[in-house]
Amino acid sequence: MGDNGAGKTTLVKIIAGNFPPSTGEIRVDDQPVTFHNPRDAQRHGIEVVYQDLALCDNLSAASNVFLGRETMRSLGPLRYIDYAKMNRVAAELFRQLKSETRPRDLVRRMSGGQRQAVAIARTLLSEPKIVIMDEPTAAISVRQVAEVLDVIRRLRDHGISVILISHRMPDVFGVSDKIAVLRRGELVASKRADQSSPEEVTGLITGAIEAA
Amino acid sequence: MTTLDDVIARSEHRSWISRVSSRQLFWVFIAAVLACLALSILTDSFATERNLFNVARNFAFVGIIAIGMTTVIASGGIDLSVGSTVVLSAMVISVTMEGGMPFLLAFPLALLAALLVGVLNGVLVAYAGMPPFVVTLGTLSAARSLAMVLSDNKMIWNFGPDHDLLIWVGGGSTLGIPHPLYVLAALALVMSLVFRWTRWGQHLLAIGSNENAAILTGIPVRRMKVSIYGVSALTAGLAGVLMAGWLGSVTTNLGQGMELTVIAAAVIGGANLAGGEGNALGAVVGALLIEVIRNSLILLGISTFWQGMFIGTFIVVAVAFDRVRHFRS
Repeated sequence: MGDNGAGKTTLVKIIAGNFPPSTGEIRVDDQPVTFHNPRDAQRHGIEVVYQDLALCDNLSAASNVFLGRETMRSLGPLRYIDYAKMNRVAAELFRQLKSETRPRDLVRRMSGGQRQAVAIARTLLSEPKIVIMDEPTAAISVRQVAEVLDVIRRLRDHGISVILISHRMPDVFGVSDKIAVLRRGELVASKRADQSSPEEVTGLITGAIEAA
Repeated sequence: MTTLDDVIARSEHRSWISRVSSRQLFWVFIAAVLACLALSILTDSFATERNLFNVARNFAFVGIIAIGMTTVIASGGIDLSVGSTVVLSAMVISVTMEGGMPFLLAFPLALLAALLVGVLNGVLVAYAGMPPFVVTLGTLSAARSLAMVLSDNKMIWNFGPDHDLLIWVGGGSTLGIPHPLYVLAALALVMSLVFRWTRWGQHLLAIGSNENAAILTGIPVRRMKVSIYGVSALTAGLAGVLMAGWLGSVTTNLGQGMELTVIAAAVIGGANLAGGEGNALGAVVGALLIEVIRNSLILLGISTFWQGMFIGTFIVVAVAFDRVRHFRS
């Protein structure tokens, strides 16, 4: 958690391999790793659902799920995209997420919930270890917020760590095991959710409480 | 009772008729066919072999470049420099061939000159982050000026030892079909497959659709852009070589103002100026429609000065059509 400009999204982009860190190191399962691009991070099992979902409106849901790592088939020396397999796998992921999303439809014509499903399905493609969600509940309806929180719990049950970036106190306390607070680019707290309280976190975000 | 599985498996279009008729390409093609039919009835001269041959050859040049333009437009950019790239490539091949170079050496050299213009465009757009409109406006001026320097602004009509070969390549025909049309057909086929079935094609549409998403998912956006502008310039270079052979002489005003016709052809064919949409076949049909209209103006005795009016109207109508479509959805 953290206020606007605290550095949450920047931290996400560093972990996802979009920016190189200026100092410090990243460790996955205690192994130090360096990411030069998002593909490196994905290979280490890190996936991100971006705040604006990073979807291409003019492509189909399946194409969006596979964007940047399309499944290919070979025909002699030629390699071409295997749309049938992409549609099949995407359909399977949407079924897992219990979302009525058609893999072949263009994302442009989809509802907010379906778009969320596409962005989340993208992260599940490669059996990730960590899924980072940047403000997934910021711009959707109350019913959809409950659905997204359900999805987060389902990911947790599959043994996937979810890093949830959020402003919304009830969401964070609803699903998290551990809460970290950023203030002006610095980590001011990192503790178990059941040992903290919304009041303490609010104080940490605003600076009323120095650190915890 | 519909289950979740049924819903997921359902396709958006119920039949192939609704699928086909939802495409702009389909309607533009119908318009072109209707225009041809009307002209065959209204005039004696349209459906003659001679005239159809000319129409086919003329639209091939615009069509070839329009395919390259479609790649740029679908990626969310624009390439205004194609007309100047045409003259630069034509000038490189004619000057070197006049100096005695064989066709097989001069031809790749001309394409290389064109490619360099495209790579320059691409590097300035992708790495320096400059707007494509400004960059290609600059190369529009620069490439034509370079062609003038190369030729000393003289007309070149003697292509050296391989003179006849160049004339045959650009102006000849096999089985009654002009050579540029073969090139167009091959290019349209290859690029249609590339658009639909390769990563390059998919990533191209992704960049045009949401560049930020393309960057975040790890698509090499900058390298892609350089290659996209390269392809556009290569098609212009190819058309330049063919035009040199067709005309039998090259002057520095070759291809002047061609960028507008080409952009119009691409847009009429369904390339979305906002990016993310476009297909090679559409560019060809768009080019065909423009040429048929131009041809009909001549045959019906209407002043060709009206042509610009039609092209301008077409661009605006095609974009308006697109706005209406998006407004509805």
